[in-house]
Amino acid sequence: MTRLLLGVGLLAIALLAMGSESRVGVEGRSHPSPLREGSEFQSADMRALQADDFANPMALWVARGESLWGEARNGRPCAACHGRAEASMKGVAARYPRWDAGLGRVVNLGERINACVVGQQGAPKLAAESDELLALEAYIARQSRGMPLQVSIDGPAHATWEAGRALYFTRVGQLNLACTQCHDRSWGRTLLGETVSQGHPTGWPAYRLEWQRAGSLERRLRACFNGVRAAMPPYGSPDLVALELYVAWRAQGLPLESPGVRR
Amino acid sequence: MKRRAFLVAGAGAVVIGARPLGASAQEVHDIRPILDAITGGAAAEEGGVDISLPALAENGNSIPLTVKVASPMNETDYVAAIHVIAERNPRPVVAVLHLGPWSGRAEIGTRIRLAGTQKVTVVAALSGNRFRIARQEVHVTSGACLDEGSL
Amino acid sequence: MLGRLQVPPTVKRGEVFAVRVIVQHPMETGFRRDVDGKAIPLNIVDHLACTYGGREVFRVEPGSGISANPYFVFPVVATASGELAVEWRDDRGATGRVAANVNVVES
Repeated sequence: MTRLLLGVGLLAIALLAMGSESRVGVEGRSHPSPLREGSEFQSADMRALQADDFANPMALWVARGESLWGEARNGRPCAACHGRAEASMKGVAARYPRWDAGLGRVVNLGERINACVVGQQGAPKLAAESDELLALEAYIARQSRGMPLQVSIDGPAHATWEAGRALYFTRVGQLNLACTQCHDRSWGRTLLGETVSQGHPTGWPAYRLEWQRAGSLERRLRACFNGVRAAMPPYGSPDLVALELYVAWRAQGLPLESPGVRR
Repeated sequence: MKRRAFLVAGAGAVVIGARPLGASAQEVHDIRPILDAITGGAAAEEGGVDISLPALAENGNSIPLTVKVASPMNETDYVAAIHVIAERNPRPVVAVLHLGPWSGRAEIGTRIRLAGTQKVTVVAALSGNRFRIARQEVHVTSGACLDEGSL
Repeated sequence: MLGRLQVPPTVKRGEVFAVRVIVQHPMETGFRRDVDGKAIPLNIVDHLACTYGGREVFRVEPGSGISANPYFVFPVVATASGELAVEWRDDRGATGRVAANVNVVES
């Protein structure tokens, strides 16, 4: 029964995709209006859970992040260079992804944390989706909660932004869908009882009920590729960072909800 | 047109990755033996138990539950335990929570898993070998973009 | 095992206050399978209890039907100032404990 419903639902998506060809408009135009943050497309219970600083399961990762911040890694804690995160990290997460001059490429927050772990602390890289990396990401992101997302796509970051934009409009997978089909053309419509969001990154890292644990935006984007039955780009893939930069630019001005709760 | 439809139908039939508990895959258990084990065969009085659950849950993994039982919670008249039973879960007994006069109120909150749309039954065990029972139906939907926990 | 506890900073003697606790634990049901199709073994927190004023004031036996990162809210009558502690263990013997000071004032 579930598979039949899934099949019908997927058929509906495909028909939707085909039917809206004529309404897609000029490629590159991807500013949903009005901009609506991710939590608006979750249930009231999810919103309440996200707002509850104690019951929000991400608070566990934030608490861990806070203790890791002060813990020496290879003899040196984050606090040694950055002092109190409440001060030094305020506004930081709202500017990521960004061009990193030292690494010579655009990086997301997780990659920047690892650049410090490896480069400054001289310790082994924290694994993608590890509790430690997610904890630090959640703790740092928490310091920017409520602040408007404001990424730069100027100078050397521009090429990455263009690559992200191209990918955003490229149909992929067995379902032959591009991000724009769901998140620009169909946001607010329902798909098997779920309301399609505008696809903004402002709630990440988040506790996803589907995963029953915290996860990064990278993991969520990979899941989108899986959702349209495309091969998932590997963790650390330049495609994913480019897409992250594009969707961050597209969500410009929206306040950060991180660390969020999603279904 | 035809090719795309075929792909869609094909994709619909494929089962990929770690499967979560399906929305309708589970059967409803007969929970009477569980209820009998709690009450020792005695009848449970209907009512006096307020179950707060959303009528519709987006995801079966984490659903907020609050239970309130009307009780003075004094030394001679109190709620000793609250049993939460989900008839369609593979293990129907979700939790047993123990209170006493020291609790002051018979009210608990937690988050539970539900394997699909079903009735949740709550039995309150009171002092003096008395029992109260109530039920609440919850509709659990399954998301469209399930990544089935893919990492 | 990481857990967090929340109690009101100050309570009046005789007042009923809410205690909130959340534990970081996957509460693995034993029914999920990994990408290779192998069943992920059962692993749950199956016992959690709160002591205050020298006595147990709350206890729960969670089953696999309690969500991951188990969360509980329960009431307690304020008696004397002192430590309120919550301890728990999972089915593999791993344990955790969090404690907070309850400050009781006269009404």
